[in-house]
Amino acid sequence: MKIDKRAITAFFSDRTSLGFLALLGSVGILVPILNLAVPESSPVHLSSYVVGLIGKYLCYAILAIAVDLIWGFCGILSLGHAVFFALGAYAMGMYLMRQIGDRGVYGHAVLPDFMVFLNWDELPWFWYGFDRFWFALIMVVFVPAALAGLFGWLAFRSRVTGVYFSIMTQALSYALLLAFFRNDMGFGGNNGFTDFKELLGFDLQLDGMRSALLVATTVALAASYGACRMIVGSRAGRVIRSIRDAESRTRFLGYQVESYKLWLFVFSAMLAGVAGALYVPQVGIINPSEFSPIKSIEVVIWVLVGGRGTLYGAAVGAILVNYLKTFFTAALPELWLYALGAIFIGVTVLLPRGLAGLLPALKRVK
Amino acid sequence: MNSLFPSSNPATGTRGGWQELREAAVHRKGSVMLGKVLYIENLSVSFDGFKALNGLTLHVDPGELLCVIGPNGAGKTTMMDVITGKTRPDEGEAWFGGVIDLLALTEPEIVRAGIGRKFQKPTIFEFLSVFENLELAVAGDKSLWHTLVARLTSAQRDRIDEVLQIIALEDKRTVTAGELAHGQKQWLEIGMLLMQDPDLLLVDEPVAGMTPQETEHTGELLLSLAGKHSVVVVEHDMDFVRSIASRVTVLHEGRVISEGDMEKVQNDPQVIEVYLGE
Repeated sequence: MKIDKRAITAFFSDRTSLGFLALLGSVGILVPILNLAVPESSPVHLSSYVVGLIGKYLCYAILAIAVDLIWGFCGILSLGHAVFFALGAYAMGMYLMRQIGDRGVYGHAVLPDFMVFLNWDELPWFWYGFDRFWFALIMVVFVPAALAGLFGWLAFRSRVTGVYFSIMTQALSYALLLAFFRNDMGFGGNNGFTDFKELLGFDLQLDGMRSALLVATTVALAASYGACRMIVGSRAGRVIRSIRDAESRTRFLGYQVESYKLWLFVFSAMLAGVAGALYVPQVGIINPSEFSPIKSIEVVIWVLVGGRGTLYGAAVGAILVNYLKTFFTAALPELWLYALGAIFIGVTVLLPRGLAGLLPALKRVK
Repeated sequence: MNSLFPSSNPATGTRGGWQELREAAVHRKGSVMLGKVLYIENLSVSFDGFKALNGLTLHVDPGELLCVIGPNGAGKTTMMDVITGKTRPDEGEAWFGGVIDLLALTEPEIVRAGIGRKFQKPTIFEFLSVFENLELAVAGDKSLWHTLVARLTSAQRDRIDEVLQIIALEDKRTVTAGELAHGQKQWLEIGMLLMQDPDLLLVDEPVAGMTPQETEHTGELLLSLAGKHSVVVVEHDMDFVRSIASRVTVLHEGRVISEGDMEKVQNDPQVIEVYLGE
C-alpha cells in the first residue's frame, strides 16, 4: 500500500493546512452572521435549518479525520468508527435527557420518559453523574477511549491486522447495535433519546444556540485537525506511516508497533466521541441506528472520496458526500444508495487518491 | 572504488545495562557460552509436523563474519526468526552475549539488546528520504511519547552522517528512498541496522538481484563491518560466500551438517550430496 510521493509533498505543504484552517475560520464567522445579523428577506440569509445542517456536516468531518488518522496514516481500516461516534453521542444525550428534568411527557422529576414508561422506579447506576455537564464531557471521551483501548489491546496484541481487523470492527458495531436496541439496556431502546430542551441552561431551539454550537464544532474540527497534523508531522508520525508500509521492518527497528497502534486507535476513538457529542444537540436525536455497520462504512467512503492520508481531504470528503446525501434523500430518496455506490466506484477508478489528489495536478497547471 | 566503504567507527552510543551484563558474563568462568556473541543449542521448531529446525546448535564469535548456507527449506530463515523473536522454538536455547535469554524477549527488546536484522527483500521506508530512514533507526527511546516530541541531537546527526558515509549514500541523503537503485536500498537497510550499533547483524541474502558491481561493494561493506560487529550472512550465491567468508556453516533439514572454512565445507561429501552436488 504505497502512496504517491507527490501526494506526500502536498500533504505537508503548510499552505494547504493554513488554507483549510482559514476556510474553517470563515465558516465559523460568516455562517452565524448570515443567520443572525442578516435579515430573513435578504438573499444571503441562512436559515437555522441550514446552520444545523452545516454543523452536522462539520461533526462528520471530525469523524472522517479520526478515521483518516488511523487508516490513511497507519493502515488500520476501522469499519466500526461510528460506534465511538455513537458512544460520544449517547454520553452527551444522557446529559441532555437529564436536563429535561420534569418537563417530560410524564413529568417525572428525575427519570427520563422512557424509564417511566418501562415502570422503572429509580435511575440505573450508570446514569449517575450525567446531570453534570463536566461529567458528561469526560464520559464523551472516556467511554469511546475505554472501548477502543480494550478492543485495540485485544486485537493488536494478537497481531490481528488487515481485513480481519476490519471484520472484527464490523462485528463490534453490530453487537452494540443489537445491545442498544434492547430496552433493558437503559438507553431508550430503539427510540434512543430525543425531545431535548436545553444545554447548559440555553434553549436548543434558539437561533443563537444553533450558531454557538456551530462555532463550537468549527473550533473542535480545527483543533482535531491541528492535533492530528502535529502527530503525523512528528517523528512519531513517520513511525506510524512506517508501520503502515513495512510493519515488520518497523518492529525490527525496535519500535513497539502494538503500542503505537493502540494509542493512535484510542486517540482516534476520542475524536470520534467528541464529534458524536457535538452532533447530538444539533440534530436533536440519537438512536441505535447510529451504531449500524453501514454508518461506519460510509465514513470510510467519505475519506476515500476526499483522499486518504491527507486529513483535510477526509474533512472535505465528509462534507461533500453528506451534502449530496441531503440533496438525494430529499429529491430522489430511493436512489441514494446507488449514488453512493457509484461515487465509491467512480472515485476508486478515476481518482485513486481522492479529491486531494487533484491538488498537486492543479498546482502544476498553474 | 575500494574506498567506498571505509571501516565503521566503533560505538558512539551506549545501551547501558546490556554492556555491563555482558562484561559480567565474560568473567563468569566455566560457561560454554563464554565469550560467544550468539549461542544456540538444540533448537527445534516444527510447523504442522514439518521440522523446520531439528536440534540446531551453532555459535558466533565476537567480530566474526559467519556465512550460513544450505538448500531451500534448510531452516536458515527460521533460524533468523527464532533469534529475532519472531518465532518461538519448541525446544532449545538461544543466548545473546552469554547472559541474555533471547527466547524470553520480544522483537523490539531483542533489537534494543543489540541484534539487527536485514530482510531478504529490501524493506526500507520508501516514502521517506534516506536521511529520515536513518533517523527512524536512531538508537534510543522508541516510545510514542518520546517520538512525538523528539528532535535529533547533534551526536545523533553525526552518527547519521557517519553511517551515510559507510553505506556510500552521502550524496543521496535527501532523495526519497523509493527512488534508490536496488543495491542502494539494500545498503540503506544495512545502514538502518548500523544506526542501532548492533553487536550482531543478521543479513538475509544481501546480494540477491544485485549487479556484479553492487555485489562486490556489498562484500566490501560486510567485510568492513566484521570486527566491529559480528555478522551472520545467509546466502545462496556461492561465489559471493567464497569471496567473504572465513567460516561457513551448512544447514540441511534444520540442523548443521558441516562447519569450517570454505574449502573444508566444499570437500565434505555430505555437503556435496545435499547441496553443492545439485
